[in-house]
Formats: sequence, C-alpha cells, structure tokens
Amino acid sequence: MNYSDDKLSPKQDDFYNALMDAHSGLPEAESHALNARLVLLMANQIGDLETLKQLLAAARDYVND
Amino acid sequence: MGYDYKPFAYVAPPGLTAPEPRHRVAIVGAGPIGLAMAIDLAQQGIPSVVLDDNNVVSVGSRAICWSKRTLEIFDRLGVGERMLEKGVTWKVGRNFHGAEEVYSFDLLPEAGHKYPAFINLQQYYVEEYLVDRARAFPDLIDLRFKNKVTGHRDNGEFVVLTIETPDGDYSIEAEYYIACDGAGSPTRTRMGLDFTGQTFQEQFLIADIEMQDSPFGDSDVPERWFWFDPPFHPGKSALLHMQPDNIYRIDLQLDVDADGKAEAAEEKVIPRIKAIVGEKPFKLDWVSVYKFRCIKLDRFVHNRVIFVGDSAHVVSPFGARGGNGGIQDVDNLGWKLAAVLKGKAPEALIETYHEERSHGSAENILNSSRATNFMTPKTPVEALFRAETLRLAHKYSFARRLLNSGRLSQPCSLEGMALQTPGIAPLEPGFAMLDAPLRSAAGGETWLLSEVQGQFTLVGFGEVQMPVVDGLRRIGINQLETADFPHFTTVDGHGTRRYGSERAYLFRPDGHVCATFVAPTVHDVQAAMARALGAQLRQEIAA
Repeated sequence: MNYSDDKLSPKQDDFYNALMDAHSGLPEAESHALNARLVLLMANQIGDLETLKQLLAAARDYVND
Repeated sequence: MGYDYKPFAYVAPPGLTAPEPRHRVAIVGAGPIGLAMAIDLAQQGIPSVVLDDNNVVSVGSRAICWSKRTLEIFDRLGVGERMLEKGVTWKVGRNFHGAEEVYSFDLLPEAGHKYPAFINLQQYYVEEYLVDRARAFPDLIDLRFKNKVTGHRDNGEFVVLTIETPDGDYSIEAEYYIACDGAGSPTRTRMGLDFTGQTFQEQFLIADIEMQDSPFGDSDVPERWFWFDPPFHPGKSALLHMQPDNIYRIDLQLDVDADGKAEAAEEKVIPRIKAIVGEKPFKLDWVSVYKFRCIKLDRFVHNRVIFVGDSAHVVSPFGARGGNGGIQDVDNLGWKLAAVLKGKAPEALIETYHEERSHGSAENILNSSRATNFMTPKTPVEALFRAETLRLAHKYSFARRLLNSGRLSQPCSLEGMALQTPGIAPLEPGFAMLDAPLRSAAGGETWLLSEVQGQFTLVGFGEVQMPVVDGLRRIGINQLETADFPHFTTVDGHGTRRYGSERAYLFRPDGHVCATFVAPTVHDVQAAMARALGAQLRQEIAA
C-alpha cells in the first residue's frame, strides 16, 4: 500500500475546511472526542485490518518512543 | 535604484468656467483598475473622464503579483508586453516548514503560452505604463489629476458629480459612474452601502528592501518562498518575493495584539529583515502594516453607479486575487458597457457584470479565507491539525497538497451563466480562452489570444464550415486556405490539443467561450451571439 497516493485533490481545501468546521466552537476536550469518533468511523469505512495496522504504524512512526 | 516618482500635471478643468457637455462615462480613481477601464472603453471608441484626488502613481509597491490571465487582458489593452519585459518572471514556489523545504511547485509546466503563470511588477510601474497607454487616446481619455470627487447623485438617466480642485469646485454629469476608488471607496461610503465580512485579527508587516545579492540562497532564479514557522520568526509565517530593480518583498505575520505603528518603525523592522537575509547589505524602501478583510458588496451595479475592483470586493493578499480580480472585472464590464452605450445591447447586460463577477469574487474570497485560516490557526485543535499536516507533508504528497499558503488565482469560469449557450467541448462555454502559438499563411508567428480578443470572433478548428454572420469576425485554424478570412496553423499542435478539431468556438470580446458548434448554422451562431449580448434578458423582462 502506498499512502503517498493523493486521493483528496483537487478537493483538498474543501475537505480541510469541512474538518475545521466540524470542530468549530467545540471545547478542546470535545474536539478530541470528535477526533476519536472520526477515527473509529473512518476505520470501519476502510474495513481492512491489514491496511488499518499499516496506517496506525505510519502515524505512530512520528512519535519519539 | 528606487522608483522615481514624477507627479502628473494638474490642468484646470473646463467645468470650472463653463458647464461641460454630459460625459458618457466618469471613472473615479486612476489606479490600475480605473486606468484599465478607461483604456478598454477607449479601444472601443467610448470616451471617458478619469478623476483622481492624487497626482502620483501608487506609493509603495502594493500589488506586485500579476497573473497570466491579467497579463493576457493587459495584452489586449496594449501594455502586456511592456509589463512582461520589465516584470520578474517566477516559475517556482517553495514552501518551508521551519528550515526545511517540504514542497515546491512549478507554475507553468505547459509550453505554448505567450505569458507566464505570474510576473512580479510593482504597482507603480503598472500605473505608469497604463497612464502612458491612456495618453495614446487624447481624444477619448480625459485624465484629471487633483480632481477629488466629493459628492454624487444618481438622477436615473445620468449621475451628477461634485468635484474639488486646487482652483475650486465644479460639477459634471455622466451617463455612467464607475467607482474604481479602492478598498476605502468614498463612493460606497456616501451611498451607505454595507461592507462587512470576515475581518482577520492577524496583522502582517510588509517591507520592500533593495539589495544587490539575492536572498534566495545560492540560487539566482526568482522564486516565491513561503515559510510556516521559520527559524527566524518562530510560530508565524513569512513570505519572500522578488521584484524588478533588485527589490525584494517580505511579508511577516505579527502577533494579534502587536502595535502596528511600533512594528513599522525602522529600528524594529531592520533586525527582523537581518534575521532573514543575514549580513548581506540592504536598504529599506517601503514598510507598511496591514490587517485584512474578506468582503464584497451585495450588488456591484446600482443603476448608473458601478463598482469595479477593490471598491466592490476585498480579499486577503495571499493568492494574488486583489489586483488580478479587479482587472478581470474591467475585462468583463468593458465590452458590455460599450455595447450598451452604442445601443447594441439592452441595459440589462450590465447587470450580468454583477452576476458574473460577483461569482468570481465569491470564489476569490472563499480561497483566500481558507488560505488565511490555514496560515493563522485560531484554536488549539486547528493548530494541532496544521502542525501535524506540516509534519506529514515532509513525507506524504497528499499532505503537501493540504498545505495552503494561498491558492494562486486561476481565471474564473462563467459556466452555466445566462450569457453562455450550453455546450460540450474540450473547452466548455464560460471558460476563459487558452492561448496557443499560431503561424499565419505568410509564415509570421502570432498567438491565438492576440488574434481573438477584443471583439466577437468565431474560430473554426479543422474542417468545419463557418457561416457569414453580420458583425462577427471569423478566423480559421488548420483549415483549407480558400476562405476569405484570416487563416492560421497551430504550432506544435497546442491549439488542437486545447480546443479539439472539427468544431468552432464563439468567443466574447473578453475572450471567454460563449458557445461551441460542430456544424454552425447562421441561425445558431446569430442566436448565441444575441444571447451573449443579453437578448434573452430583454425577453425575460418583456415577459
């Protein structure tokens, strides 16, 4: 799997704006809760466990353990 | 060398001693928009009087970034080549996060265009060239400096203007009043028109410096550099641009609560610039601090008063949409106003200027608001998403595309609007024309945009029969040379690639496609041209 494939453009600004709008006006804790729900919903939409594990590793890769 | 400001002469206007005959058009403001408007009308034989309270060109570089579409419009107005020659052509934009480059883009990967994606040219040069060009129409353009419009009244069929000069006040009448008096438009204020929108709290410091060495590292190529969170200005954004005469433009985001006046002081600015360019010697040329707003008027047309450029809409400066948007306004209004004044189109055609350009300006506002929001996160969560997007961007191309330091202005499409006849083609009705290199039958080289813009033109690509229609110019591309109209062949196939073959396109005078045909008949072409001139609008009003 190649995460470098850009699947968002040319609508990337619409997406980013919609994401910010979803958080608009929320206290920080509520925003984190929204992010958690969003991750779970997106995970279900992706559905494939192997893909999800690779995405988790890619995101985790940025953390200095 | 800094710019040499030469004041324009004030001449006592005739209206001070005797009433002037009613003018066809009064243009208020002699900035790039007002001057371009006067030239556009003059090229169509319509006289105008241009009134400006000042007598010098723009102080400071102000609008510097002129897009390809703007240059193509300036080409039609007779100043495009001069601007291209003087301007700095930049092709590469680089985005940095901290000290590291995360993303660069090439602006014009495609060959076969007369004009590049962008040039940088100080507004004072643009105004100087436009004034020179306006002076080529001494019988049609009446330029009046130090003539400050202090009042106006719309009488329904004409507008009465009150004007203040060093020699006293006078008044004139004009059939149309074009307000090109800028973001702080006194015309708009006098009319009490609501002009509220999104105001951004962030302030930006803008500075022009003159230096012999290039600040672009070892590269001598002019580029556009944008930093998110640069090492020399932590937590904020910065932008660096090159202009002619070894002038460089620096934009620095300031704190929300920064004291603008104090920030613009030389002793405060110099260390900030040294942090960017190091110890290379430079001279400070111009400094300004600004906050910005994204606003547009609800209506650009108020009977005989028409708002054009910043008086109608203002946007944040990132993305080159201010001056460029205004020049597209002029391009859209010029031929319509001329057609109405010549009695070739109903007055309702002018209302379509509002419809088409209000749409364009809404698009500009949307894009520049989004860029500004990305550059200046408002909440911890926005800041968090921005920071992680930047981190991902080092590695992932999708995240690079999400970085928004200004989506640079593209010509606006008028697809689906009233004047266009719907149709399907490689370049669909509503789009601004795409340029292409051409060769004439005699072997001379030219460009499609130079041949087409300025009047209604039917262009046939490949084998397509084009009927004779009154008042319509015809041009053939890659056709048999037996016809009695100008004929060209495409160079390197650019024209055919952009427009297809075996079809004809009807272009409006502003170069937008308004209809396409596979087998055009006299009736179909006439109907499309009448529609572009507002015939349908007249019917709708009658019905």
